[in-house]
Amino acid sequence: MFGKKRLTLFCGHYGSGKTNIAVNAAIALKKSYGNVALADLDIVNPYFRTKDSSELLKEQGIKLICSTYANSNVDIPALPQDMYAITDDKSLRCILDIGGDDRGALVLGRISDKIKEENDYEMLMVINSFRPLTRDTASTVEVLAEIETAAKMKFTGLVNNSNLGEETTAQDVLDSLSYAEEVSRATGLPVVATTVKTELLSELGGKVPNLFPLKLQEKIL
Amino acid sequence: MADKVLMKGNEAIAEAAIVAGCRHYFGYPITPQTEIAAYMAKRMPKIGGCFLQAESEIAAINMVYGVASTGKRVMTSSSSPGISLKGEGLSYLAGADLPALVVNVQRGGPGLGGIQPSQSDYFQATKAGGHGDFRMIVLAPASVQEMADLTVKGFELADKYRMTSMILADGTMGQMMEPVSLDFEVAPAAEKPWATTGTKMEREHNIVNSLFLVPEELEKSNFERYERYKYIEENECMWEEYLMEDADICIAAFGIAARVSKNAIVEARKQGIKVGLIRPITLWPFPTKAFAAAADKVSQFISVELSMGQMIEDVRLASGCKVPVTLCNRAGGMIPSPEQVLDAIIEAAKGGAK
Repeated sequence: MFGKKRLTLFCGHYGSGKTNIAVNAAIALKKSYGNVALADLDIVNPYFRTKDSSELLKEQGIKLICSTYANSNVDIPALPQDMYAITDDKSLRCILDIGGDDRGALVLGRISDKIKEENDYEMLMVINSFRPLTRDTASTVEVLAEIETAAKMKFTGLVNNSNLGEETTAQDVLDSLSYAEEVSRATGLPVVATTVKTELLSELGGKVPNLFPLKLQEKIL
Repeated sequence: MADKVLMKGNEAIAEAAIVAGCRHYFGYPITPQTEIAAYMAKRMPKIGGCFLQAESEIAAINMVYGVASTGKRVMTSSSSPGISLKGEGLSYLAGADLPALVVNVQRGGPGLGGIQPSQSDYFQATKAGGHGDFRMIVLAPASVQEMADLTVKGFELADKYRMTSMILADGTMGQMMEPVSLDFEVAPAAEKPWATTGTKMEREHNIVNSLFLVPEELEKSNFERYERYKYIEENECMWEEYLMEDADICIAAFGIAARVSKNAIVEARKQGIKVGLIRPITLWPFPTKAFAAAADKVSQFISVELSMGQMIEDVRLASGCKVPVTLCNRAGGMIPSPEQVLDAIIEAAKGGAK
């Protein structure tokens, strides 16, 4: 579902679920491609980074491009030293996890020219109708436009990740479809996937187009 | 659509403050609480409120002093090193009997420390927020929902008793995401006849001040304030008891440490160990009665903390040192694992029941 192009970029409002989707997408992609990387370009979030999944990714043979300082006490907006591999190493199939909001998307400005020149990418906006600042179409479109301006790039599709964490029910997902369609109509962008936790897969199979199952990151608390 | 939303703890505090009628926020960014400021920066202009990023923590707390003087609900938020900077302002708020909400999303210390979660500002929050004789109401949430609930409660208590309420959270509580309902009953704001709202030439001036020129009057204000504190200690303690009915061992833990402890308690119960939890929700006033009562029943207390052991002193005082109180802790931004707490419980159980 993801990874039709060489580069798949996940952007969105902070807390929309980008990191979790990116980890799951990279693992799914590894089934079809040999050389898969996950690039964590988050300069906003201090906690809950792709680095939390570094063991899992290593087991799967997925290269993690991530700042040395992620999850450490070095509280600075650092980028990975090997981030140019994303655009220079054309043999890589790469998932990009971009930090939240327009501030997070600023990092794309640095490599957007190269990405657009190669023109082998999908840029996907992750949306969640249960997040308070993207509850309706108007506010979601507002955030989307802010990200496009900061990234110097245009979105190519939407990922409907509407959820309430562990409390999400199948009905919540079904209720969110009209929201996703409305955002789609307002922006002209297709909904390329609706993501659900694996536990809801059997209940929703056949009822929701382009379902993508998500294994949630383990919670210790 | 469900009436719940998915929020970070920091966002829940910010939105709950808005629901509670707070329209003035002053702050300065510091990890791991920056989302509070970021959220306020987005929301306040849309609802006719004021978000202001101050030039420093000290400026922010003094802006809080200014707005509090006018009787409006006002707040600031920070993390550990920033709260230290606010210490002078917290003391001035107390000296002038002003209501305000202050949030501390704690990180590891001392010094610049780190950005990972901690509970090592317990002493500062409950005993020494600044110079002079004063207290703050200290509320310790253990879920994103409680981050919201206690924010509303904090404003109400601050108004009722004309003092500062502090939300004492930690980095994990601030950053974690959980479903939240923001459907609150907010009590109508208390009358504030003391507020500096303009006399309209119809009344005497109200003066907000913490300077007393006559020592006898300063002493009198302290005595009066402590009468109020005594009333609060008798009437406003909040705590949760978990599986305490038949417990031989009692864990004392608040916030994130209480969540970890609950997991360990469930495991220990599977092994046949009768262990329960008392979770203080108000750290000041400390739920002394709950621990005093438990001290007559249990053989041991274990204080689980993300610090070198701070609340443990209050547990010892409250339990009258009748039974041993041991510490199970991590520090410097580390969190005890459920396994570590379970090991502490198993060790305590070797002593046998009372």
